[in-house]
Amino acid sequence: MRANSFRSGPDEMGHFGSFGGRYVAETLMPLILDVEKHWHAARADQAFWDEFSYLCRDYSGRPSPLYHAAAASAHFGGAKIYFKRDELNHTGSHKINNCLGQILVARRMGKTRIIAETGAGQHGVATATVCALFDLPCTIFMGATDVERQKPNVFRMKLLGAEVRPVTSGAGTLKDAMNEALRDWVANVDDTYYLIGTAAGPHPYPEMVREFQSVIGKETREQIMEKEGRLPDSLVACIGGGSNAIGLFHPFLDDPGVKIYGVEAGGHGIETGRHAASMNAGRSGVLHGNKTMLLQDADGQITEAHSISAGLDYPGVGPEHTWLREQKRVDYVVANDREALEAFQLLSRLEGIIPALEPAHAFAHVMKLAPTLPKDHLLVMNLCGRGDKDIFTVAGELGVSL
Amino acid sequence: MSRLEAFFCQARREGRKALVTFMTAGAPNREVSMAALKALPEAGADIIELGMPFSDPMADGPAIQASSLAALENGMTLDGVLEMVRTFRAGNTTTPLVLMGYFNPIFSYGAETFACAAADAGVDGLIIVDLPPEEEGELLPYAQAAGLDLIHLVTPTTDAARLAVVLKNAGGFLYYVSITGITGTASADPAKVGAHLEMVRKHTDLPLAVGFGIKTPDDVRRLAPVADGLVVGSAIVNALKSCASPDEADAAVRAFVGSLSSALQE
Repeated sequence: MRANSFRSGPDEMGHFGSFGGRYVAETLMPLILDVEKHWHAARADQAFWDEFSYLCRDYSGRPSPLYHAAAASAHFGGAKIYFKRDELNHTGSHKINNCLGQILVARRMGKTRIIAETGAGQHGVATATVCALFDLPCTIFMGATDVERQKPNVFRMKLLGAEVRPVTSGAGTLKDAMNEALRDWVANVDDTYYLIGTAAGPHPYPEMVREFQSVIGKETREQIMEKEGRLPDSLVACIGGGSNAIGLFHPFLDDPGVKIYGVEAGGHGIETGRHAASMNAGRSGVLHGNKTMLLQDADGQITEAHSISAGLDYPGVGPEHTWLREQKRVDYVVANDREALEAFQLLSRLEGIIPALEPAHAFAHVMKLAPTLPKDHLLVMNLCGRGDKDIFTVAGELGVSL
Repeated sequence: MSRLEAFFCQARREGRKALVTFMTAGAPNREVSMAALKALPEAGADIIELGMPFSDPMADGPAIQASSLAALENGMTLDGVLEMVRTFRAGNTTTPLVLMGYFNPIFSYGAETFACAAADAGVDGLIIVDLPPEEEGELLPYAQAAGLDLIHLVTPTTDAARLAVVLKNAGGFLYYVSITGITGTASADPAKVGAHLEMVRKHTDLPLAVGFGIKTPDDVRRLAPVADGLVVGSAIVNALKSCASPDEADAAVRAFVGSLSSALQE
């Protein structure tokens, strides 16, 4: 990696410092190398990016606005808060950015079947959407627990023509869905492309997903220059696997004046052991094709994550985040379930935007941060998903029956 | 000469194929699996693969997933696996034994510490499913220094170019994964496997053991002609699943592994 830059990783073996890499079964290695070859060819092809940009604009509705949240700013009496409105994308979250990019790669590879894992269902819906668009059969693996708590998204995926396969192994959440997707891939290497939803997994996925999601940060840079004539002072995004966060952060990593906060899911609280804060309370380890920070016990067995947000309910995190943490470039903090729930309601009332529970974690940190900052401090939060899918969960938490 | 080398040397001289058996350490519980392990050589197992249970066995089918979970629920750890090996070695110093599993528990234990502890307990080799040649640098030097073979996997997706990468630093024997898939699911096609193994043999003298999807004495008979060894895993794990006592495990191993061994000798 180039010295003095935080933006040049990974190296050619897919490592970000000691993290990342390709820890997969030998059966998958030739396929992973093939994905890398086609991705690198696509990356160097202007026609590929033209098609990606066209789809982002005309199909998904990009660029998403950078919105000055005047009411929220006034409420906290501190930082000038902007929301990057990625919840306005087609399908309701940032996930579509990555899916549009990867489906083009899959087509270049000549793959005829798509599989994906999903937690909250946002990535599953986005994958099912691009598969409908390009007329490819798709199977979505989803933990049985998540199928239960994200029913609207399960129905959406089915409407879009996807097969949703509930996974009952483990706790039936995102980790188990990813195990099952990998098992399917190993059995269908010839025709199947695994469309991973976050900036994790074996190389080149963390790099590829980051490049597709970086559209968020690139637009933000242009938009804030237009509105304010300068770069923001701080960025805030929630972290599950970390794709919306790396997408916002990456174009700003080499601007030392920009403070960056990633917000992990604290679940019931770090001290209870029931959380999803792999960087704040995990150790380095190997899972799902990469070395990263993981929730695990003393014997190296992966432990279950806990979060009110199905999208953050994962015991690992993308390897680039673990590296950025080690480099002390990004500050990784925690917001717990209760704080996220409060943030969810406050944002709905203050700005008339019902956020997904995932960015509600980011807003929970904004709630702590903004009052402490001066009024000329420009803070950009990635509002990476809308909350329609979460109303049942939130109603349940608030004791309301729908 | 290592136990693995000594075994294959003699087997080749006698024109004999190896029966390689897999079982998960600690499943369905420690006592039953210890009894099964002890019974394996007499029942006809030539090489033993002892599974180190992992919470997320991504390359395994339902049988080994369930056995890993059961073992972990019963408190099995890496130290527990090594303790089983030591107990086994107290009564058997000749049967080659390799540990099979995933990298994270080893990484967590410390690769160097683990390699030394495993060799000390009497382990002969390691098969780490999710540690391809690209990443094995963090284990290989310690394994080699401790005298452990790092056994590599060859699969139906391994072409000649990839084979060169896989063969470098491969030790003991080559584990040929006979299907694209997870353990204990589809059945291997002897013609396809045979054709691919012919290609592999042109590039290596390492013995070739075929595994994944070999479940019955019939499977053993069909695939024996094309391989140097046959690996049976999920079927043994299934046979042990319902064993309630060490005696039952002993009997189950003698009956089932015995039937595989007889099929192989035919």
